[in-house]
Amino acid sequence: MRVLVAMSGGVDSSVAAALMADRLGSERVVGATLKLWGGDSDSGCCSVADVDDARRVADQLGLVHHVFNFAADFEERVVDPYVRGHAEGRTPNPCIECNRHLKFDRLLDRAADLGFDAVATGHHARRTETPDGRYRLCRGADPMKDQSYVLAMLGQDQLGRVVFPVGELTKDEVREEAHRRGLRTAAKPDSQDVCFIRTDEGRAGFLGDRMPLHGGRMVDHRSGEDLGSVDAVELVTVGQRRGMGHSGDGRRRFVTAVDVPARRVMLGPPEAACAESVALDTVTWVDGDPTVAARGGTALVAQCSAHGRPVPAEVSVISGVSGGLMVRFATPQRRVAPGQTVALYDTRRPHEVVGSGIAR
Amino acid sequence: MPERRAYLDHAATTPLRPEAREAMLPYLSGEFGNPSGSHHESRRARRAVDDARQTVAGRLGVDLGEVVFTSGGTEADNLAVVGGWRAVAAGRSSPPALVCSAIEHHAVLETCRALARDTGADLREVPADRCGVVDADAWAEACTPEVGLVSVMAVNNELGTVQHLAALAEAARTGSPGAVLHTDAVQAAPWIPLGPLTGEFDLVSISAHKFGGPQGVGALAVRHGTGLAALAHGGGQERDRRSGTQNVAGIVAMAAALDRTSADQATGNGRVGALRDRLVEGLTASVPGTAWTGSGQCVPGFCHLRFAGVESEALVLLLDAAGLSVSAGAACSSGAVEPSHVLLAMGFDRIEATSGIRFSLGWTTTDEDVDLALSVVPDVVAKLRD
Repeated sequence: MRVLVAMSGGVDSSVAAALMADRLGSERVVGATLKLWGGDSDSGCCSVADVDDARRVADQLGLVHHVFNFAADFEERVVDPYVRGHAEGRTPNPCIECNRHLKFDRLLDRAADLGFDAVATGHHARRTETPDGRYRLCRGADPMKDQSYVLAMLGQDQLGRVVFPVGELTKDEVREEAHRRGLRTAAKPDSQDVCFIRTDEGRAGFLGDRMPLHGGRMVDHRSGEDLGSVDAVELVTVGQRRGMGHSGDGRRRFVTAVDVPARRVMLGPPEAACAESVALDTVTWVDGDPTVAARGGTALVAQCSAHGRPVPAEVSVISGVSGGLMVRFATPQRRVAPGQTVALYDTRRPHEVVGSGIAR
Repeated sequence: MPERRAYLDHAATTPLRPEAREAMLPYLSGEFGNPSGSHHESRRARRAVDDARQTVAGRLGVDLGEVVFTSGGTEADNLAVVGGWRAVAAGRSSPPALVCSAIEHHAVLETCRALARDTGADLREVPADRCGVVDADAWAEACTPEVGLVSVMAVNNELGTVQHLAALAEAARTGSPGAVLHTDAVQAAPWIPLGPLTGEFDLVSISAHKFGGPQGVGALAVRHGTGLAALAHGGGQERDRRSGTQNVAGIVAMAAALDRTSADQATGNGRVGALRDRLVEGLTASVPGTAWTGSGQCVPGFCHLRFAGVESEALVLLLDAAGLSVSAGAACSSGAVEPSHVLLAMGFDRIEATSGIRFSLGWTTTDEDVDLALSVVPDVVAKLRD
């Protein structure tokens, strides 16, 4: 077995590479760093300093190391849709799209081309195998660092070709392991936010350079009463409360909807910011669609953000909408912004991912 | 690791010639003087540098006072572009325009762009045709009286295409009187005589490791009377044009390598050209959908082949695993392969610009190297197209 380890230059993928080298021998493991973003960056995984870190860790582990330039695909599959989504009033999750199109598609193909049997990454998640040879995607051992949410779009085809070596470890254990081996990335801080956006320009600066931003009005979601102005409707997200002020009775106001063409942001009290359901498209299943056999709804557990609280939900097909899925929460939840991913987990085995979809 | 390897990446760097190694060894052991001092050790070092300068000047067809040693081709190009432009700019009321080809090595292209950015000077990048040859009409059009510096490479580093230098220099002299003319001859030095180039251009850059010398040393030929503002200030070495203690070992090795390269050029070109032709003919016959970029215009050591539907980044790694060292064009600082700016400037699309492999042969290349390439490339390309 030969494995290609995706090394971002961070501590998790460094330890993932070390563990793979232990397991298979360093001659069967090769490190690869993806150059994803051609523009300026200060965090993320594409700076020369991060590539240097990855290369030096690979050197220390005795691994051959390559750099793959996927910048054009990243622009096309992640950055452009991110910008386009905001222009349409949606809030896409670029990490998930990067996993879907780059790490677990483009990189898997490249690895196969180069004769590797699998790709390993530093994600905090676990892949298990059933007695009949099916793959399960499970939460990582560290509940605080679990990344199954951003991997929830994986299916059998991808899971059959991936390894998550640090999924059994807590983040502290990963750092300890890195320290014990003297890896230069042991104390490197976790990456934050969107990797292609510089902290000094921020989301507003990044998007403002790439699309027109429009000022708009904030209005009450029921009465239509004018509540003031916003600088850019494209930068407002459903569920947001920051910058939205307070209502007359002193309660915080939340964004309940954004209408970009009309340049309007609808605001409401906390209860209006919640919804009983969310409709999904771009639905994926880890191992088949459980709603097919079910009569009525299927009981699953929904998680609506990377570290959101899982909530019981009933999931059913939206009749008349091809590939659409309706998720009804057991109790009302903060509205899911269009473009955000909902990960679905099993009810009896709550660590196990069943599928995913994107809020419409 | 395969038992046998073939190195076909001479355009990236060449193995050190034995003459160069022999020449430099004394300066890595017993000899250590600083050429600028006035005692015994210094005199010995100074003598070595001057002898080397004489040799290099002879092969460049210039006077020894016209040779400036640098840390390599990139520094020579920077000194030529920035130093040449500044000297012209000093005598003009507005920043002179710059002309270069769009297929220059980054050492010239990025230097011109930085200079234009920093000074507000107008930069005219002249495109090349689909054969990798600079468009003569567009060149002549760009060379107007406001131009203060023109730079065009003698041989392209990705394709090996030879430019029509005499005509380009002539057009620049006519259209831009008063401009300094520079040619980057880094890839030309192994293959074409340098004398004509120093006759046509005021400034000519070369780099030792492209012709069997060590890395980290190069030279700029500066015609007498050509203004050149120094970039590195200090002790005034190299007649105030490039301060800093000379790399004595590197300089003597470069001279030895250049001497041997020039002496062998006629026979070497015939030998290497025959190997290159066998490689191209073999691969064109055995790999469907193979295209030779710039065919018919190339120096003997180059062939840039595009394999339709194949990503060069993956191809290079698989060929490496099969024992063949080749290059996929320019690499950025992180080591990632970038789509070739040369092919993009020639009008190829991004997919075509990432489907090319540069095979570059040199003084150590043998029949066996070509055999290995002919045996591994078809399988690897077929595998990737699968």
